[in-house]
Amino acid sequence: MSAIKLTIDGQEIEVAPGTTILEAARQLGIDIPTFCQDPELPPNGACRICVVEVEKARALVASCVAPVGPDMVVYTESERVINARKNNLGLMLANHPLDCITCEKTGTCKLQDYCYQYGVATSEFEGEVKNLPYDDTNEFFYRDMNKCILCGICVGKCQLVVGAGAIDFTKRGFVTNVSAGFEDPIEESSCVFCGMCIDNCPVGALIPKYVTGKGRPWQTESVPSVCPYCSLGCNINLHVKDNEVIEVSPVKESPVNRGHLCVQGKFGWDFIHSGDRVTAPLVKSDGVFVEVSWEEALDYIVDNIKEVQTRYGADALMGLSSPKASNEDSYLFQKLIRSLGTNNVDSYSKHCHASSVNGMMDAFGNAATTNSIDEIAATDAVLVIGANPAETHPILDYRVREAARNGAKLIVAAPEMIGLVDVSTGYLPLKQGTELALLNAMANVIINEGLHDQAFIDNRTEGFDQLKKAVEKYTPEYVAGITGLDEQEILSAARAYASAEKAVILSDAAVSNKIGAADFVRALANLAMLTGNVGKESAGVYLPYGENNLQGMADMGALPNVATGYQHLGEEAVREKFSKAWGVKISDEPGMTAAEAFADGKNSRIKAMYIMGENPVACGGDQADLVQFLSNLDFLVVQDIFMTETASLADVILPASAFAEKLGTYTNTERRVQLNQPALEPPGEVYPDWAVLVELAEWFGFEWDYVGPEEVFDEIASLTPDYSGMSYRRLVEQGLQWPCPADDHPGTKYLHQNSFSRGKGLFAGVDYKPEALQMDEGHAAECCATGVHSCQCLSETLTRRSVISAFKKGCCV
Amino acid sequence: MSNEVAALNEDIDLSQVDSIVEPYLGKKEMVIPILQKVQEHFGYLPRPAMEQVALRMHIPLSRLYGVTTFYAQFKLKPRGRNIIRVCKGTACHIQGSPKISERIEDILDVESGETTDDLRFTLEEVACIGCCALAPVIMVNDDPHGRLTPDKVKDILESYE
Repeated sequence: MSAIKLTIDGQEIEVAPGTTILEAARQLGIDIPTFCQDPELPPNGACRICVVEVEKARALVASCVAPVGPDMVVYTESERVINARKNNLGLMLANHPLDCITCEKTGTCKLQDYCYQYGVATSEFEGEVKNLPYDDTNEFFYRDMNKCILCGICVGKCQLVVGAGAIDFTKRGFVTNVSAGFEDPIEESSCVFCGMCIDNCPVGALIPKYVTGKGRPWQTESVPSVCPYCSLGCNINLHVKDNEVIEVSPVKESPVNRGHLCVQGKFGWDFIHSGDRVTAPLVKSDGVFVEVSWEEALDYIVDNIKEVQTRYGADALMGLSSPKASNEDSYLFQKLIRSLGTNNVDSYSKHCHASSVNGMMDAFGNAATTNSIDEIAATDAVLVIGANPAETHPILDYRVREAARNGAKLIVAAPEMIGLVDVSTGYLPLKQGTELALLNAMANVIINEGLHDQAFIDNRTEGFDQLKKAVEKYTPEYVAGITGLDEQEILSAARAYASAEKAVILSDAAVSNKIGAADFVRALANLAMLTGNVGKESAGVYLPYGENNLQGMADMGALPNVATGYQHLGEEAVREKFSKAWGVKISDEPGMTAAEAFADGKNSRIKAMYIMGENPVACGGDQADLVQFLSNLDFLVVQDIFMTETASLADVILPASAFAEKLGTYTNTERRVQLNQPALEPPGEVYPDWAVLVELAEWFGFEWDYVGPEEVFDEIASLTPDYSGMSYRRLVEQGLQWPCPADDHPGTKYLHQNSFSRGKGLFAGVDYKPEALQMDEGHAAECCATGVHSCQCLSETLTRRSVISAFKKGCCV
Repeated sequence: MSNEVAALNEDIDLSQVDSIVEPYLGKKEMVIPILQKVQEHFGYLPRPAMEQVALRMHIPLSRLYGVTTFYAQFKLKPRGRNIIRVCKGTACHIQGSPKISERIEDILDVESGETTDDLRFTLEEVACIGCCALAPVIMVNDDPHGRLTPDKVKDILESYE
């Protein structure tokens, strides 16, 4: 259809048919006030503040719902319009508490702003006013429904975007209100405390508790940062006053989270200001930690590590980095350990993702999630299996819901009825641990019904015959018996997935906590390759990690066998490259994994350990052996922000800086390298971790003369092909997704476009074994039933020290 | 919630809700007919029944509550054993029906449309009972009581259990 031409405030514009007057005006840079309009919610035209005058129209029209018409002549600020808006504001003020002097919203309140703009100070209307009780029953925010103007945005976000469905409009007429079902207190409702209602409330009806009385918006500085919890790396703004974060808000323009957050991002940051912070170096003396100067601590570390190495050799030392550390910190950490002559660098937290990583690596040649977070919203079908993103990666849950709203088929295979079932087109309540059988059956159906993508299989993959043979016996009938599903359900799921133009598989890397997870991941990869759903937009396999920088930590070579960018240290050329760059000799002895080191208990070759930012002792399950191993070490250094269970076993504790206190980059699950700006001065004697590592390296006699993390990053880029086109300057805006091999390369939205990282994608026949995918013992069992955060590995070190512990009991970061 | 209502709610047979919902599974747009049928069955919309509808239909409880509180036809409380209907017709109004209503509300501690916590009475207002000669008039169940004064109300109510 041809464009429609109209005139708004004397300016001509052409827009597509169906565009609203509001959208057209915004394209011209004309600002029309709105309360109830939100770009991701269906327009409801409720508040009437956006009325405009259209020539020849009898009445004023609500521009947020009125579509443009040919040759329309629109006035957005005519006298009639202004009078209507004044009246409208007056009606709102008649029933709105005018306590702006103490209201936390002052300065960011739309009602206040528009009243100011149109000079409405008081209301000429008198009548009944609401007198609803002030609700402060939950830990996170106040609800003052007397201030609510019933715009409905909170309801829309809660019901549609988040899917929590905690609140809705209740009653009608004057007594209309927004409340939970049966007007229950919020914490007894299905609220997930994502804070999206708060972030989008135009007035002061919803106020976070922590911000109360802490400062006015114009007194705070807003610093862009990256959420430190899960691997999505949501972009947040830290609102800082007097070296204190007083509020966190989502970055609306972020390509990662588009203005959305979950409870962890919105409320989980207060651990930064916890009184439990370690604020000075501590050395254990007669079993008691004593504060010492940095010089003393560093001397002590150097002496002891050198002594261990003299006595037992270089490989008696091991370093554990953390998936919470920045790229620069992890890079310098592994550089330091390797400079000390050993490849014993690893992470303890990594092991719960190890089998997923292996599965992806074997199939595709790259362990990373194949596509970007935002691509999910535009796909045609989603298969959610072995995951409950609402618990582990809520933003992914929001994107899947968005895809469903856009008409995508949504198949949820889960033993329990997870939230996404509400919007699914097919729910497969399979028996716990039978996921692999279902995936094989889907492959069986797809092949037998000829729904596979033969061209893709021929050109891009190998091993198809093996797969075909392996899934032969997994007929829907056979697998119905295993999974407890109907044959028909299996058939429909396979057809829905295979017949979609673009289809996404969403699982969870923490599924690796389960035995046999590598096979499960191979089966996911099989299905994706079988239907040509890899290497194109809005398709792929999503296996998001639990921790914010697990991807980056691995990218940085904090692993025993590879340097940065997975350059294998088994190859002499690689060892030479890094030896030359670092001016040291990289050992040709392969490094040990953390699991190997711990498995040998007190016979372990490892006699000294440096643990940066990990708390393996608190990682759930029976850790008595681990505690004994750590206690038996000749020397243990722990660098952490808290006196953790692990730190308490150390000989030296170095205080670490929190994410908000240091400049650095983090790489999220879509391989997006994001720059995190420092917002706070670290407390006490705390220094940014990169500076501590540089100082320590110099104490060891290495000449590391970095002036800041940017120089460290430049070195990473110079040694890592996938990062080589990146620089802080380029990362400032929205980060860059690796591979980014050149200064003018825009980054890579999805992997495996023309060929797989390993050349051809590799099918694998993987058999369902009844004992596979059962849970490890201990409390991981219940958590991981639906892929909920892997409690085995994540230690609650942060959440325990945050207000969110009130809500996320048993959650684990 | 009063003890009486709680006790009633405990006796809600959810399998009845399941059979009402069954033909509508997957049809979220049918929420009003479903609620009507549930109300038809129980006489009102007990909370456990609403929760069961929410669960089976995959509709948030908040949304169901929003719908039921929007439409006057839906009752969230059971109706009393005795229904009092106060005539609000013109004749009764002139003869003092507002004062009669006021007295009943005082005695029972409910407003029009509500039910007493012990489920003994539900108080309603009606437009005209059709016996204006008896104004002001109320009906309790099928019994008309006419030519009322506020002071006569107490004895009348006490005669109903």
